[in-house]
Amino acid sequence: MVYLSYYDLLFASFFLLAAGILSFCLKLKTEKSLLIAASRMVVQLFLLGLILKTIFSYVNLYMFLLMAFVMLFAAGFEVRGRQKYKFKGMETFFIGTGTMGTVAFTLSFLTLVLIIQKEPWYTPQYAIPLMGIMLGNTMNGVSIGLDRLSSGIVSGKKIIETRLMLGHSAAESVADIKRDSIKSGMIPLINSMSAAGLVTLPGMMTGQILAGAPPEEAVKYQILIMFLIAACSALGTMLAVTIASKRFFDSRERLCLERLK
Amino acid sequence: MLKIDSLNQEFMTFGPVSFEVNKKEIVGIIGESGAGKSILLKSIADMLPHEGKIFLDEVEQQDIKARQWRKQVALLPAEVVFWNHKIKEDLKTTEQNVIKKFGFKPEEILEKSTDDLSSGEKQRIGLLRIFENKPRVLLLDEPSANLDEKNKKILEEIVLDYIETNNASAIWVAHDPLQLKRVSSKIYQITQNSFREKV
Repeated sequence: MVYLSYYDLLFASFFLLAAGILSFCLKLKTEKSLLIAASRMVVQLFLLGLILKTIFSYVNLYMFLLMAFVMLFAAGFEVRGRQKYKFKGMETFFIGTGTMGTVAFTLSFLTLVLIIQKEPWYTPQYAIPLMGIMLGNTMNGVSIGLDRLSSGIVSGKKIIETRLMLGHSAAESVADIKRDSIKSGMIPLINSMSAAGLVTLPGMMTGQILAGAPPEEAVKYQILIMFLIAACSALGTMLAVTIASKRFFDSRERLCLERLK
Repeated sequence: MLKIDSLNQEFMTFGPVSFEVNKKEIVGIIGESGAGKSILLKSIADMLPHEGKIFLDEVEQQDIKARQWRKQVALLPAEVVFWNHKIKEDLKTTEQNVIKKFGFKPEEILEKSTDDLSSGEKQRIGLLRIFENKPRVLLLDEPSANLDEKNKKILEEIVLDYIETNNASAIWVAHDPLQLKRVSSKIYQITQNSFREKV
């Protein structure tokens, strides 16, 4: 493995700096966001490195669960924050964390026990990155799916009400919007699976190869991860959109947009 | 047939409201814009939460499944909207006679795009769509507001014929007192905070 020095990272940052200067010259006004995002990334990843170093040396179920719940709640707030319309109170947060937690915890546990088979199953070096990558991708799917659902229902109010007036059920009335929302949540992953290896070399695999792992092992891990994140994101999005779509109606199947902020 | 007992809704400026609609009867409702006429109809159709009781043939609204209620007490909104591209995808009825009765040529209208309908056609298709459920009570929210005299008369004839042949009844909301006089047996007037029969 070729070890990287901090000077190497500094050198790599000059490329981004050049992009920032070009953006300034072309008056694109993206240099500030680029600078903030890059600084955040460096600080966050260094902090994560420090935390992971501590956690990896400390194999403890409660420590793993604590870390997993912190990640889950952060993802829940992120999902809530990305919504144009959200339910009053913390309902959007609970739908997000509930669905992401159920799917990501279950799939991570099954993968660790049945596929990775490291003793104990919560060995942090395996359990935390796996949980993180599943939560991150599910979070994207769930937040896109929920955002499309609520925007679709708000803009399609007249059609939904007309269908209800004709005696359609609440589920029938939002079926098209629900289907489109789930599809939107899943498209980024479908695209990245289709393009993997042809157009792009997936980031995780690139990292592993650069770090010295044999390509065929890196490929196997990449396929495993892609299967898992695709399944997790698809299941999470379907579950979240299905639960949220029911919350738009009361027990008499009336559309309740007043439940939104 | 339809009995409304102390109906009230938070966005109605008037109420509580009590009245009855008998078999083969059309009750007219007239009033200023924004007074809550559409809200009254939506409450009767159980599209909005409300206070008070509504009975259809002595069975209370809450004792009938919401979608069953809406099929029997059918609301035609002021603006008829479509979610399919072609009329034939929006209608279950393909019986030529029924479609002809509404003043359409079946082969033309079924293939027509929902974006290409005139106001009159939209209202008639809207009616045809709710008639497919064989409703007992029609709730008509300004059904002829944007129609010319000829289309108004066509619509009136269709509704009157349906009520006569199906032993149904209707609540007809309109701005035009002459039209209400033509079609209804009694008219209720909504003012800023009252709902009373117009003599």
